[in-house]
Amino acid sequence: MHSPSDTPSGVGMTSGNRRRRLLGLIALVAAPILLSGCDASNFGAFKSVTSQGRSSFHLWQGFSIVALIIGIPTLALIIWAALRYRARKGDTEVPRQTQYHLPLEITYTIIPILIVIGLFAATVVVEDKVTANPTPSAVVDVNAFQWGWRFTYPGHHFSIVGQTTQSPEMVIPENENVRIWLTSSDVVHGFYVRQFNFSRYALPGVINEFTLSPQKTGTFFGQCTQLCGLYHSLMFFRVKVVTPASYQVWLSQEQAAATKATGSAAKLQTGKQTGAGIPIKPAIGGGNN
Amino acid sequence: MTELIERPVAAGDGGMHIDHFDDDHGGHDHGGPTGILKWLTTTDHKIIGLSYTVTSVIMLVIGGFLAELIRIQLASPNGTYVSLSEYNQLFTMHGSVMIYLFAGPFAFGGLANIIVPLQIGAPDMAFPRLNALSYWLYLSGSITMLLGFAVAGGAADFGWVGYAPLSNAIYSPGYGADLWIAALLLTGFSAIFTGVNLCATVFYLRAPGMTMFRMPIFTWNMLVVGILILLAFPVLTAGLIMLYCDRHFGTHIFTVQGGGVPVLWQNIFWFWGHPEVYILALPFFGMVTEIIACFSKKPVFGYKGMVFATITIAALSLGVWAHHMFTTGVVLLPFFSIMSLLIAVPTGIKIFNWIGTMWGGKVHLTTAMLFAVGFVITFLIGGITGIYLASPPLDFFTHDTYFVVAHFHSVVTALVMAGVGGLYYWGPKITGYLLNEKIGKWQFWTFFIGAQLMTFPMYQLGLEGMPRRMAIYPNDPQWANLNRIATAGALLMGISTLLLVVNIAYSWKRYPAGDNPWDAQTLEWFTTSPPPHHNYYSLPPIRSERPTWDYNHPDARSLAHGHQVPDHAPAAVTP
Repeated sequence: MHSPSDTPSGVGMTSGNRRRRLLGLIALVAAPILLSGCDASNFGAFKSVTSQGRSSFHLWQGFSIVALIIGIPTLALIIWAALRYRARKGDTEVPRQTQYHLPLEITYTIIPILIVIGLFAATVVVEDKVTANPTPSAVVDVNAFQWGWRFTYPGHHFSIVGQTTQSPEMVIPENENVRIWLTSSDVVHGFYVRQFNFSRYALPGVINEFTLSPQKTGTFFGQCTQLCGLYHSLMFFRVKVVTPASYQVWLSQEQAAATKATGSAAKLQTGKQTGAGIPIKPAIGGGNN
Repeated sequence: MTELIERPVAAGDGGMHIDHFDDDHGGHDHGGPTGILKWLTTTDHKIIGLSYTVTSVIMLVIGGFLAELIRIQLASPNGTYVSLSEYNQLFTMHGSVMIYLFAGPFAFGGLANIIVPLQIGAPDMAFPRLNALSYWLYLSGSITMLLGFAVAGGAADFGWVGYAPLSNAIYSPGYGADLWIAALLLTGFSAIFTGVNLCATVFYLRAPGMTMFRMPIFTWNMLVVGILILLAFPVLTAGLIMLYCDRHFGTHIFTVQGGGVPVLWQNIFWFWGHPEVYILALPFFGMVTEIIACFSKKPVFGYKGMVFATITIAALSLGVWAHHMFTTGVVLLPFFSIMSLLIAVPTGIKIFNWIGTMWGGKVHLTTAMLFAVGFVITFLIGGITGIYLASPPLDFFTHDTYFVVAHFHSVVTALVMAGVGGLYYWGPKITGYLLNEKIGKWQFWTFFIGAQLMTFPMYQLGLEGMPRRMAIYPNDPQWANLNRIATAGALLMGISTLLLVVNIAYSWKRYPAGDNPWDAQTLEWFTTSPPPHHNYYSLPPIRSERPTWDYNHPDARSLAHGHQVPDHAPAAVTP
């Protein structure tokens, strides 16, 4: 790092000291990163269990590599410039007053533009995968309200409702395209499942459509991410991914139970909900893309 | 650090002597009122600016105190330090106080108010009475907002973004919400008037010789901020009036019942809110540019590139608002994605220009310079994580999690570093006294380490799936540990803020500064510290963007303006 040629006379004496300080500074900046316990190859993110979420995860890895390639040298340059060119005590010499270096300036304008174009291209490719809505094999109508969730299975005449302390569970089939129709009965909520690497607002007056294609069975934790009032911190739900066969069994069991319980209509009306009965308008202009 | 250079009055040197009606004019008053009455009736930009600065630093302390309460609550999973309702008030008011009452007013009401007229050789702001009105509106707005804690039902509790319909009369019936709206209207008008003043001052009151491309970068940035204020703040003001009408006059602008569109509020809010990010950031970019150039003993590297980068950032900032709304599902993702990604380019140019300014210079790591370098490092982190958020698929899983919170806290803690650097740098010009460097350096290291210690665990928390604005969180040991580290970082920053107060008390009238304690470059260092009533007795010739430097270093002068010196030529030496 320190070749004798770029060390003016008199600086060499303190260069060891400087190097120690530099290392100290780097350690200082790196310590919180290490403390926060990132998994190196994942760059801290989840691999995700949906095919959409995996695309996002790969984009995340790509962005992280670019971020490190740009970020670390830039960070090093900042620290290097600040320490390497420190003035010595009593040095009143005026340094060279360089103000412009046009080729250099053009270089560090053009290169970032090219990087941005690359990042944008990758973004568009992944975005098209994540927001695509292929023909679904299952549909769930997800309705958010203060402070809970209602999962309705259109055509199957039952819904699952739960709020705050009893979080409801949505069941969806593995390896299939599951269409979600997301709505809100009152304020803005956020539908977020961390293992899916995905979130979407539940907006009053709008039906938000998106597709989840889970690749793995299991129960995953979800919750509201958009501040929605007093019990926002308690607005949980779960998503249970099961094999398509078990899904069909579960569907018919739930439907039979619902028919038995009420004779016809929906199972459960346990929770009070505010703002129920708001007419729902379809989203305007295919905004889901 | 550097000895003062003897300088004669500049008349006859191509400079300008300012004629005064009488010799006593340089006194601190016109024989007018003194004491508190003077403070109440003043139209002097320096006194108004100082009032702004002091008020906004008090707001910083209040906002920081609220943050400490938030972090104490989050130090354990099922925190019982405050109730759910109190917690919602705490983070709403923390965000509101910091954004509306500290960051903006500190920059464009405080330092800019004092420094811009000085940097361009103007005797005052263009509209001194309007300037005074700005301050009084700001002060009354600040008090109005804080009074929310005193009314039944408590302060506003719907987040500093006030998303409709949560902020309407059904879901947030309290008076705190109305006070919040009223406060934003008052401070909004204050900002608009300051924007008018900044633009008019820069366009009309520049001293002879001070062409646009000789203005210091700080003044350039404040001009652009003034224009952005005029474009963005009226939109927020209009939105707030609509929200108030929804709450009290039965309109349905943001409610579905009656045909309104809730997401319209988000469009209006962020149409103001994203330019606002740059209204907050650009002044601090300017401060850092001045500090780095001064303490590297070099001109700003790539001065014109810096100006165009500022203008580009401002232009792009008007077309990126919906990147806050990627997860609404009702915005055109690719457009807002590319616009947001592109902002990284001019911002990157700035970072490289700051490095270039230090490169080959004589870097004096004073407290102000440390804060400036700390700003660049922290801002780099915040900037890079911002690039992730400009990509919709990545935003989908980081939006509304602690990742976003960490991202903008990297940015705003960087801005606070720049602001404190600005206080250490320009404080002596405003008060005539230096602050203690030793306490200053302690203040820097506690703040810098605290800021990283707070934000890095937050990034990881966000990726672990912790949503923002949760008063209590599930008992996951890793979440708890990360939150504890973040709380330790926040406490360290609290100690740093106390050190600033200690330093001001300790250094009170202790270290006389002289006119130009840093051997600085721009025009404001030519006048006395503090400057006389109308700022200048005389002006040096203004032939570059750093007239004071040219005057004090006549041999180095020809090296400015981008002329390259042959490699074999010796560097110029001060006489």
